[in-house]
Amino acid sequence: MSTSSLHVGCGAGFSGDRTDAAGPVVDALIATGGPAVLIFETLAERTLAIAQLARRTDPNAGFEPLLDDMLRPVLGRCLEAGIRIVSNFGAANPAGAAARIAILAAELGLRPPRIAVVEGDDLTAVSYRSALEAALAPGTLPARMVSANAYIGGEVIADALTAGADIVVCGRAADPSLTVGPALWHFGWSRDDWDRIAGATMAGHLLECGAQVTGGYYADPGFKDVAGLDQVGYPIAEIHADGSCVISKPAGTGGRIDTHIVKEQLLYEVHDPCAYLTPDVSADLGQAAVTEFGVDLVRLSGVRGHARPANLKVNVCHENGWLAEGEISYAGARAEARARLAADILRRRLHDIGPLRIDLIGVASILGDDAGHWLADVPAGNALDVRLRVAANVMDRKQAERLGREVFALHTCGPAGAGGGRGAVRARLATVSCFVPRSEVPLGFYFFEPTPQALEGGVS
Amino acid sequence: MSILTVPLHHAAHGRTGDKGNISCISLIAWHADFWPQLVEQITAEVVARQFAYRRPAAVRRYLLPQLQAMNFVLDEALDGGVNSALNLDSHGKTLSFRLLDLPFNVPAELMSRLVGVDLPVRVD
Repeated sequence: MSTSSLHVGCGAGFSGDRTDAAGPVVDALIATGGPAVLIFETLAERTLAIAQLARRTDPNAGFEPLLDDMLRPVLGRCLEAGIRIVSNFGAANPAGAAARIAILAAELGLRPPRIAVVEGDDLTAVSYRSALEAALAPGTLPARMVSANAYIGGEVIADALTAGADIVVCGRAADPSLTVGPALWHFGWSRDDWDRIAGATMAGHLLECGAQVTGGYYADPGFKDVAGLDQVGYPIAEIHADGSCVISKPAGTGGRIDTHIVKEQLLYEVHDPCAYLTPDVSADLGQAAVTEFGVDLVRLSGVRGHARPANLKVNVCHENGWLAEGEISYAGARAEARARLAADILRRRLHDIGPLRIDLIGVASILGDDAGHWLADVPAGNALDVRLRVAANVMDRKQAERLGREVFALHTCGPAGAGGGRGAVRARLATVSCFVPRSEVPLGFYFFEPTPQALEGGVS
Repeated sequence: MSILTVPLHHAAHGRTGDKGNISCISLIAWHADFWPQLVEQITAEVVARQFAYRRPAAVRRYLLPQLQAMNFVLDEALDGGVNSALNLDSHGKTLSFRLLDLPFNVPAELMSRLVGVDLPVRVD
């Protein structure tokens, strides 16, 4: 148990995030001279299903595609400085990610890291079907299931760190649990110390979207000016033994941290701010305080916690047909009138394909609902630069491809002066959620043991 | 007491997140003095009207007075959400700025606390 503070830095906030962000964070963590952890949060609601599909095609895939790019710039310095790395970049294949990290370390000439693989979140196997069926409404377990994963908490991460892991590779660890785990490990809090765990949870919540707490997703010129977003610094939370934290960012980076930015991210996606449910705790912001602590330093304190939920949330992803999209542009005199005519033609040509969403980008494309009430209510105007977009959810792939062809045919069969037609078809993945008892989700970890073949790239 | 009507974004800011088919939009006062008026004027009913074209099944408002901040939760407002909406912005990330388009009545003596460019000129 420690009473010294713990620094947790964030190197990524989603799959596909900037890969040059972690470097300055690691420099700053090293400069603190104290215990520190680097987290990468790379899973969104759909990411796991996409990863599971990738693993079907290639058994060695299914983890974060940018794993190498994220770790290569920082792995050596983290191992040397004793900065632990915790991430859910294992996605649908944590063991595969561990193997890849071992190879990367060997390629870089580093000592072999101790890599813990957290398992138990993946409920995709047939043996879990009855538990999922019991948790979902009768008859709603999707036939074409791709993945089922429980959102797991920080305890198993803490156990892996206590056992000496340099790197903890998880699948569907809940985003804030990537921070709760290291805090449980470092401070040795009781596992029902709800107030402190809630504090660490909200620290993790502030970190988990990367630059969203350092000025990203915030700037609004003339209202909310933020300099240097091209080199925005990613956040670091200094977590104290009482569960409070101070948010900062590496020196010399762009972006900004102030109380308004931190409040925006604190409330982000929490719904009821007095009952923010995670696998670790029910966090309560009812008495929370957000205070300026210095330049680009903001303190969060007063977070309360209540007992964690009895069940774990499970996201079940399933195949759900195809998203068909097509776009084509009209410009100059009478552009909007020609785009609206093109939309009418497509409605007639594609009447049998199912509900069609129609947007006039440059007139109305975002604010309306899929049914088109908004666009119908916008009087025809004289927009001079309009891109028509149509989209539909289609179960049959051939029908989906027809949508793009019909848009492209507008070049020759539709209104004058059409240009830049494009069509695309993408697989649709839908999600249903349910809650399963913790006893149905046996969690654990093991240390990755590289075989000589594995280190040569022949991972199985 | 004279009252000035300004776009809400001069008095508050916010951001949007999503979970499935639920949109979550925060609203945060630029200054504590605006808080009572925000609570009074930007109600769940007003927000439901502003997003009527999204057909939310329900709109709930959660208040955090000590942070001068509130969260609006709009059920079924995202045409199915990120996995099935046909909207280019399937997450609904852009919606906070639609909320900030609402008109806001502010007492003239608080005008100096309003934020941002293009402030309306006060006419008494």
